[in-house]
Amino acid sequence: MNNMPKVAKTFNRQYTENDRKRGSLGMKNVNLFYGSFQAVKEITLDIHTCSITAIIGPSGCGKSSMLRIFNRMNDLIPSARIEGKVEFGGIDIYEPGVDVVELRKRIGMVFQKPNPFPMSIYDNVAFGPRRHGIRNRFALDEIVEKSLMQAALWDEVKDKMGQSGLSISGGQQQRLCIARVLAVEPEVILMDEPCSALDPIATLKIEDLMSTLASNYTIVIVTHNMQQAARVSDMTAFLMVDDDHAGRLVEYGETAEIFTNPNNKKTEDYITGRFG
Amino acid sequence: MGNSSIKKRYLTQRMAMAILVAAVLLVVAPIIFILVYMIANGYSALSWEFLTQPPSQAGRAGGIFPAIIGTVFLMLGTIIFSLPVGVLAGVYLTEYARNNWITRLINMAIINLAGVPSIVFGLFGLAVFVLTLNLGMSLIAASLTLAAQALAMTITTSRESVMAVPREYREGALAIGVSKWQTIRHIVLPSASPGILTGAILAMSRAAGETAPILVVGAAFITSGLPTSPFDRFMALPYHLYTVSAHVPGMPADVKWGVAIILIVMVLFFNIIVALIRVKARKR
Repeated sequence: MNNMPKVAKTFNRQYTENDRKRGSLGMKNVNLFYGSFQAVKEITLDIHTCSITAIIGPSGCGKSSMLRIFNRMNDLIPSARIEGKVEFGGIDIYEPGVDVVELRKRIGMVFQKPNPFPMSIYDNVAFGPRRHGIRNRFALDEIVEKSLMQAALWDEVKDKMGQSGLSISGGQQQRLCIARVLAVEPEVILMDEPCSALDPIATLKIEDLMSTLASNYTIVIVTHNMQQAARVSDMTAFLMVDDDHAGRLVEYGETAEIFTNPNNKKTEDYITGRFG
Repeated sequence: MGNSSIKKRYLTQRMAMAILVAAVLLVVAPIIFILVYMIANGYSALSWEFLTQPPSQAGRAGGIFPAIIGTVFLMLGTIIFSLPVGVLAGVYLTEYARNNWITRLINMAIINLAGVPSIVFGLFGLAVFVLTLNLGMSLIAASLTLAAQALAMTITTSRESVMAVPREYREGALAIGVSKWQTIRHIVLPSASPGILTGAILAMSRAAGETAPILVVGAAFITSGLPTSPFDRFMALPYHLYTVSAHVPGMPADVKWGVAIILIVMVLFFNIIVALIRVKARKR
């Protein structure tokens, strides 16, 4: 097993009681269908709060679909249908009567391609708070500064807050999108291959950022990059498709465990690069 | 042998080129001819007085000021009535309406609406706005009639502009707990506005040139002074042009062409604005 990616850190973070109070996230026997096609099959897992969970697996195994179950982003696809239970903070988020807007405020999402809005850097970050009713200029200034600092972007953009969010580099744009999510103070941040469009240096910055954020936020990241999963995550979920093309959870456990001593042969084959 | 085949290919290429150039000339030449002919025949009528005075001697002398103003009012009326409805309908059809046969039928009806002859809109305006709603032959009835005609265009361009807004923007907003309406209001509409505006202005400049519909809902050849309320009758450039060309004997030729030049310049002015909006939107 020489060619396994190195694990930079182990899953040894101690939780405070406060951490535990924050919304716990998990799914039980979840099936996801697009029309008659089943994208995700019988997935059960609990996400650890205030840590980083990586979802890895070969292309088309349902990683992104699974991630989008957590903030009901699949609702946007008319043919999507879900079975099973997805719990956040003790409630089933697919129950009728759940406020999806409120849910997405608490579970933010960062996308594969940086997608700043076509407006100024300041307005990008202030967008969420403004829509949620914060009008006071002073309060907004404070949120924008704090969010950009948390996203490790403040120093680079503090002198050009009025410039278009599209004018900065790709890596900066992605951090801007993270700041935009942080500004609405979510509990969970979902990241859908956030570095796939970035160069290695920008990727490293995002990874550092994730590690810092993990002390306050629950992060779930989808990545096709195993080294990245090994570097940043505490827990790893390995997904793979069966012959029926539906994604299944093959193995879920501490990242150190998965990458050094996987239980399942398929996991081992995948992380040693035998396929995928 | 190889040599002759290459020669043949060059010849075919040159012929194809010649045909394409000829086709372009065939399209451009008449336009240039019309413009040159118009200016050559009409420039002598243009003067400060022509732009700022009311007509006298049944349009043979004086100016066309009330017709210019009437046309401006018509354009404004058209946009005021058709743009809000067009945008709201466009947003509803793209963002809210389910993709079922009713929606498809509505979309098809809108596309067909654009093909309805303008005189039919005139009769519709006469029946609905002038008579049923009792607005009389008036500026407002004519504006509503032209707005009804412009709807096909404002709805279609609004729909297309809204659909062209990248999905990533919407997802980005929805993913931070922003509601659908807020996303539409603060992300989709601002991004779509250059396209929506382009459509609206084009619809407006088309309304400026309409003659047939306004003929039956309130345009007058000569009014005493400018309209003082939306319920007054009005003059308009295309109708004025029609009347001085077809119904006034002894009309100096340069006056007709002068009216045509002013009408073209007004329409051109709005089309240039459209072009500028597009350039600005592309820079963003």
